[in-house]
Amino acid sequence: VANKRPFTDMLADSMPKLVLAPSFLIVMVCIYGYILWTAALSFTKSRMLPQWKFVGFDQYTKLMNNDRWAVSTENLIIFGGLFILICLALGIIMAIMLDQKIRQEGFLRTIYLYPMAISFIVTGTAWKWLLNPSLGIQKIVRDWGFTDFTFDWLVNSQMVVFCLVIAAVWQSSGFVMALFLAGLRGVDQEMIKAAQLDGATLPTIYRRIILPSLKPVFFSAFVILSHIAIKSFDLVTALTGGGPGYSSDLPANFMYAHAFTRSQMGLGAASGMVMLGGVLAILIPYLYSELRGKKQ
Amino acid sequence: MNKTKAAIAGLALAVSAVVAQAGEVEVLHYWTSGGEAKSVAVLKDLLTKEGHDWKDFAVAGGAGEAAMTVLKSRAVSGNAPAAAQMKGLDIQEWADLGFLADLDGVAKKADWDKLLPSVVSDIMKYEGKYVAVPVNVHRVNWLWANPEAFKKAGVAIPTTWADMIAAGPKLKAAGIIPLAHGGQAWQDATLFEAIALGMGGSEFYTKAFVKHDDATLRSAKMIDIFKTFKATRDLIDADSPGRDWNIATSMVINGTAAMQVMGDWAKGEFTAAGKVPGKDFVCAPAPQTEHQYTFNIDSFALFNLKSDDAKEAQNTLARLIMEPKFQETFNLNKGSIPVRQGMDETPFDSCAKLSMADFSGTAKTGDLVPSFAHGMATTSSALGAISDVVTNFFNSEQTAEVAVEKLANAVKASM
Repeated sequence: VANKRPFTDMLADSMPKLVLAPSFLIVMVCIYGYILWTAALSFTKSRMLPQWKFVGFDQYTKLMNNDRWAVSTENLIIFGGLFILICLALGIIMAIMLDQKIRQEGFLRTIYLYPMAISFIVTGTAWKWLLNPSLGIQKIVRDWGFTDFTFDWLVNSQMVVFCLVIAAVWQSSGFVMALFLAGLRGVDQEMIKAAQLDGATLPTIYRRIILPSLKPVFFSAFVILSHIAIKSFDLVTALTGGGPGYSSDLPANFMYAHAFTRSQMGLGAASGMVMLGGVLAILIPYLYSELRGKKQ
Repeated sequence: MNKTKAAIAGLALAVSAVVAQAGEVEVLHYWTSGGEAKSVAVLKDLLTKEGHDWKDFAVAGGAGEAAMTVLKSRAVSGNAPAAAQMKGLDIQEWADLGFLADLDGVAKKADWDKLLPSVVSDIMKYEGKYVAVPVNVHRVNWLWANPEAFKKAGVAIPTTWADMIAAGPKLKAAGIIPLAHGGQAWQDATLFEAIALGMGGSEFYTKAFVKHDDATLRSAKMIDIFKTFKATRDLIDADSPGRDWNIATSMVINGTAAMQVMGDWAKGEFTAAGKVPGKDFVCAPAPQTEHQYTFNIDSFALFNLKSDDAKEAQNTLARLIMEPKFQETFNLNKGSIPVRQGMDETPFDSCAKLSMADFSGTAKTGDLVPSFAHGMATTSSALGAISDVVTNFFNSEQTAEVAVEKLANAVKASM
């Protein structure tokens, strides 16, 4: 028979599939499988353990009427927006400054990048002390003689979300700087030289040539930062514990509290699905633009 | 030759008999800090003396939250431990799912019904059968005061909430923080609970926080309670958010603050600092709750097991927990009081003696009520809903009327 091939050939053909199969299976089950599982749970009245009594959109209705959920989503918008904007701005500025062929660049780069090596728990704990009015910055400045100085955001339920922004920016802006620095080093030097020959000033070169060519870096940084913002959980736990009251809660904290400690698994699953929706809203346009870019 | 064979066979039988008797109990608990770990070791020793093996399964963190997460995954995969530290209404939820073992055999033999107040045994029972064993009783409605601080400010230790609020300015003038408090949701709830019990009375408290009666939750009395609760905010320093309870206790110990409303686990902090009850610090019932008692009981729920040896060991564990020897040693270490009635009071200190007398006293008058802030009165979802409202009200500019409205709605939504 013609199509009878040696066994080794067949093995060689299917080898890539065989090698990829375990990781493919794990990804299918542990990511997509559990997303479906959570989606199904969010339509049930599950409390302490999964319970397959379907109640339609009840849990979503409860979620939308929940004050704490409203506070946590509002916080996410404020925190996420400011965190991403400030990180991008600081990252670009620091990268451009470091790119001026300065001395000791490697040393400075390490200093700025170093916070990224620390977990959010450590960052949160350290900033908790710094921002505590009777221990940290406020006390130092008052001890210097400025007795009217007040910096009590950490214990002020209106301002506490900005404390999260401060700590998160401190941690992540160095990483954004590294991304942009790598991007800056990748810009074609010939083009810059040509521009200089044409008499362009340095700001113009940055504005018209270098920054536009960093568009992919900008996109990657945006996606990475927004997923850090949405999944922020440890920072809140360490820095504020969600307090005062629950004024600094983020959706991830809400989800954890309801699914795991308050025996409201259905509500927790529903909040998880809404968070997934948030991630997809950012991710899909990004993937779309990336894939379309490749086709052209 | 035959003799040796017989001897070996006999020996083997004897060994197997011993092995068959000795079962192993795996105990999931979250008593991991110094004094607590010592208390658990007492139980382990007693069990080993009875010839059973103790397999320690300690999960630290989050006041038992981490332990509960582990327990869920173990139970769902069909591999539950023999016993798990568990509190209040959680016991009912687990029993409802069919996970817990029937302890009526042990309970009948030792006559637990006589040894426990019925408010307590009701929590330990599911459909009339014991499924859990209580270990100790913590009184939650305590006021811990530093008499030196009160002397300095020239005011008496308050016995009503109005007195407490009135004492605020004088204490502040003397440079003392009137009320030590940590701004965490459960601590806010602990303070709120004491005010609600004191101002509302036991019947009101039970109606609102155990039965969740809508009219009681929306009543004018509840609005008054919220107003008083907000007024105590002025007695607390601005830096309280996020502070741990033991830090707040240490403020009372060193005199920067005058008093704290906290359960009797706070006593451990005072005694560890070498303070003597009645002299260096005062333990009094929280204002207006002199003849009332909010209890917080630690207990072990026992899970269904397959092997008979393990069941035997599990029953032994349950019996030992309720015996006077364990009840006394454990509670002396832990700072709580025995749940078993009719125990010898002599080894306990004056605070514990007062607590023991009030525990038996209030059990008769119906003023022994479960602490909702510590999960004894309501399911974890209702507790979560109530403490969200309480802590948000305490830390915002919300009015008492709005908070009461939100409280009633949140409780309804959590059912």
